[in-house]
Amino acid sequence: MSEAALRQSPEAGAPLVSVQKLARYFDVSKPLLNRVLEREERLVLKAVDGISFDIPRGRTFALVGESGCGKSTVARCIVGLYRPSAGAILFDGVDMAALKSRHEIMPLRRRLQMIFQDPYASLNPRWRIANIIAEPIVAHRLMSDRKAIRARVDELLRHVGMAPKDGEKFPHEFSGGQRQRISIARALASNPEFLVCDEPTSALDVSVQAQILNLMTDLQAELGLTYLLISHDLAVVYNFADEVGVMYLGRLVEQGAVEELFRAPRHPYTRMLLDAIPDLDMTGRARTPVAGEVPDPIDPPPGCAFHPRCPHADERCRTEAPVSIRTADRQVACHGIEEGRIRVGERVVAQNNAVSVD
Amino acid sequence: MAKNNQTKNRMAGPLLKIENLRIEFPTRHGTLLAIDDISFEIAEGEILGVVGESGAGKSITGMSIIGLLDPPGRVAGGRITLEGRRIDNLSYEEMRRIRGKKIGAIFQDPLTSLNPLYTIGRQLIETIQTHTKLSAAQAHRRAIELLEEVGIPAAERRIDAYPHQFSGGMRQRVVIALALCAKPRLIIADEPTTALDVSVQAQIISLLKQLSREHGAAVMLVTHDMGVIAETTDRVAVMYAGRIAEIGPVDQVIKHPKHPYTVGLMGSIPSTSHRTERLVQIEGAMPRLTDIPTGCAFNPRCPKVLERCRVERPELAAVEDSRAACWLYGDKAPAHV
Repeated sequence: MSEAALRQSPEAGAPLVSVQKLARYFDVSKPLLNRVLEREERLVLKAVDGISFDIPRGRTFALVGESGCGKSTVARCIVGLYRPSAGAILFDGVDMAALKSRHEIMPLRRRLQMIFQDPYASLNPRWRIANIIAEPIVAHRLMSDRKAIRARVDELLRHVGMAPKDGEKFPHEFSGGQRQRISIARALASNPEFLVCDEPTSALDVSVQAQILNLMTDLQAELGLTYLLISHDLAVVYNFADEVGVMYLGRLVEQGAVEELFRAPRHPYTRMLLDAIPDLDMTGRARTPVAGEVPDPIDPPPGCAFHPRCPHADERCRTEAPVSIRTADRQVACHGIEEGRIRVGERVVAQNNAVSVD
Repeated sequence: MAKNNQTKNRMAGPLLKIENLRIEFPTRHGTLLAIDDISFEIAEGEILGVVGESGAGKSITGMSIIGLLDPPGRVAGGRITLEGRRIDNLSYEEMRRIRGKKIGAIFQDPLTSLNPLYTIGRQLIETIQTHTKLSAAQAHRRAIELLEEVGIPAAERRIDAYPHQFSGGMRQRVVIALALCAKPRLIIADEPTTALDVSVQAQIISLLKQLSREHGAAVMLVTHDMGVIAETTDRVAVMYAGRIAEIGPVDQVIKHPKHPYTVGLMGSIPSTSHRTERLVQIEGAMPRLTDIPTGCAFNPRCPKVLERCRVERPELAAVEDSRAACWLYGDKAPAHV
């Protein structure tokens, strides 16, 4: 972790990334003429609606939630693919959304990179691997000597467990797992401190997923990287992240340290999600199916967005949106928890889950 | 080829029986063997899980049973028997009658399984009338019953809706209702929950289990999700490079895997009940069909490889309650006794 220590900024302890009341709305209205003729209102989709979290240096923060909850929108706002509608994203203390000119943004951009879900779509099929990996170096003008660039690419390829001669090949010659290694090598090319990983292993088979997650763990220890992991897979989050935020319809309903949150989930939605995942020690046992589905985000329910599916909902939940309350180890946005109506207990987990290897 | 007769006396007659199935894909660069001599059976009311990485041959096996192999793929050897009747050599017309009536299929993506231009009611009624002698009014009533059975609220109203008006989970329920139209004896479910969120996944899984229990239908559940396998199936077959590496009761295979590949596969699955710093990983990748190694297909990646594994292919042999194709267990119980 020596490099990690070197990278500590003067104000050690300050988070590397701080997301503050981030919101991103999309206008999904019909064209003006239709609106006038059909007398319809503007329609706004609140994909992310005021969420806040901090990521300390060298740690992994995970956002989990079902499809459509807004987790990928958060990732795209952080790397600058979307401009936030409101709120701030502080990277090492600098508000990225406030920076306007290209020469102000570029030095910051170099320090954060993204790994995408689909390794088939994120690599240009007509480029050789060496050029794909060298692109951030060229784009940020980090090196100009071609020999030096090639040496750096070879080093990156070795870093992700591939051979320098693979640089001569094209993406179609590689399997999904190898392509994801190439994506990681490209992301590392500009010496970033922060990687946003949007479902990095969802397109891969489990055995390949294990290889990629282990590689990411090794790289984090070696280079002192900070990760934001976007995933719908709670088991991946549990084994890979340090802290986790659970999203539902554009809001964070609960966040805290992974170990604690999985041991004793508080928000009814978090509990529902944890109950719904199949686990290997479930053989023969039925999991509790959850009623209902995620509501339409264009027309979310009033009050707490989860109330139509929540077994504990009362009048207040139906009318008033809960705010996030911070306790020692957790932030939960739930009236029932705040009022002490909902009893919180520990999740029952089977102990004898270890796979015997004989 | 191995004479796999050991299953002969186990039961009066399994619902589905696959014997020494081989599936080939002739290409310009030679013939690829996608399925290389696999045998298994499914009893009435039983759910058999089929797992493996992409390219292991899970889906192709399912497709060959319903007779929908993509050309140029073809069954090159072995036999498929459904309720005692051989079905792998039927003509297109004969197979069309069996498909739907005897075998229902559920695929991964519910949107592509439904015709977007017709209401779901029309699609259901058409399927019902193809396979039964019900009148239009009776078929309409039966369609509503089916929708209610798969848990679609307000079925009477929803029957006139189009597929795009349903959410992913509800669409998958419609697809299941379609598969059930003619009360099939066998249901082939190919990754039925992969496109769905976890909370909806649980609903679909419990629906599948309930249907197999109530209708006594046999289910072949193809998935790469071991969690789904663990809670749904009775037995599980683990496939690797077109062969069955291990097959046995789900508890045995998951908790006491025998084949080194299964051991690695189970270990690589992250769990939500205990945290590990590093996941178990199998080095390397599954071989392409063009260069499957001689002997055991897993031998280049196997941590316990023996000299014999490199030259001689192991057959499935009984190991405790499971059967594994692995030389580690020696010749204790050869498959052809």
